[in-house]
Amino acid sequence: MRKIWWKILCIVIIFYVIVMGLMGEVPHLAIINESIRNTYYHVALWLAMTTLLFASMVFSVRYLIKGRINDDDIASELAKSAIFFGILGCLTGSIWANYTWGDPWPNDPKLNGAAVGILIYLAYLLLRSSFEDEQRKARISSVYNIFAFAVFIPIIYILPRLTDSLHPGSGGNSTFGSYDFDNSIRRVFYPAVIGYILLGLWLAELRIRMKRINRVREEIPDSAGHVTH
Amino acid sequence: MSNSRITMKRIFPLLLTLLLITDKLFAQASEQAVPMADKLREDGKIWVVVAVIAVVFAGIAVNMLRIDSKLRKIEKELNIK
Repeated sequence: MRKIWWKILCIVIIFYVIVMGLMGEVPHLAIINESIRNTYYHVALWLAMTTLLFASMVFSVRYLIKGRINDDDIASELAKSAIFFGILGCLTGSIWANYTWGDPWPNDPKLNGAAVGILIYLAYLLLRSSFEDEQRKARISSVYNIFAFAVFIPIIYILPRLTDSLHPGSGGNSTFGSYDFDNSIRRVFYPAVIGYILLGLWLAELRIRMKRINRVREEIPDSAGHVTH
Repeated sequence: MSNSRITMKRIFPLLLTLLLITDKLFAQASEQAVPMADKLREDGKIWVVVAVIAVVFAGIAVNMLRIDSKLRKIEKELNIK
C-alpha cells in the first residue's frame, strides 16, 4: 500500500474532475440548470462511500477469519473515511435540494435512509470506543460492521426505489443517464467516483499508519526499562 | 377532380415549408427555455474560478503529501516494515 503512484493518480483525477466538471458540456434540463454538475461532486461522494464501506466490511470478514488485529484497524479506518464522505454528502445534498427542490431537507425516503445509515455507522464507532480489551473490541465490532453494511444497502439503495422519492431513478423519475446522450456526464462522473475512492483510501491509509506507529511506540520500553502506556 | 388535384399540388409545398419552420421554431423555443450559463463560459471569466478552485485543491494535495512523507520518516525511525 505504501506506494506513491496511486496518490498522484488521485490528485490528477481530481484535477481533471474539477476542470472538466465545471467547464464540460452537460445536458440542458429545466429547474436543475447548471446544478446538474453536482452529479460529479455530490452523487460521486455516495458511491465512493458505499465502496469504502464495502471494503471495510471485507476487512472485518477477514479479521474474523484470520484474527489479525491489522485487518480490524483497516476496517475501522475505512469506515471512518466513508462516514466522513457520508456527512459531506448530506451537507452538499442539502445545499442542492434547497435550490432545486425548495427545501434543505425534504421528507424524502432516500435522505432519511441516508441519515439512518450514517447513524448506524456512528453507532459502530461508539461501539468500538466502549471496549477496553482490544481483541474483544475487534471481534464484536467486526460482526456489527458486517450487519451494518447488510442494513445500509437496502435502506439507501433499495427502499427509496420502492416508494416515491424525489431522487432520480425512483418514483417514476428518470435518471440523469437517460439525458446523457453523448456520454458527457459519464466521462466526468466515473473518474469522479474513482478519484473520491482513492482520496478516501488515502485518508484511511494515513490514519492506519498513525495507529500502527502508536501501537509500536506503546510496545517499546522506555529508558527506565518498563513498558509505557 | 383535376382542379382539386392542382390546388393540392400548389398547397403541398407550402404546408411542407410551414411544417419545417414550426419544427425549427419549437426546437429554438425549447433550447431557450432552459437557461444555462453558456454566456458565462463563452466570454465570462469562469476560468478564473476554476483556477482558484484548482489552486486550493493543489494546496490540499501538497499538504496531504507532506503529512505522508512525515509519517514515512517516523515509520523509518521506528523500523515499521
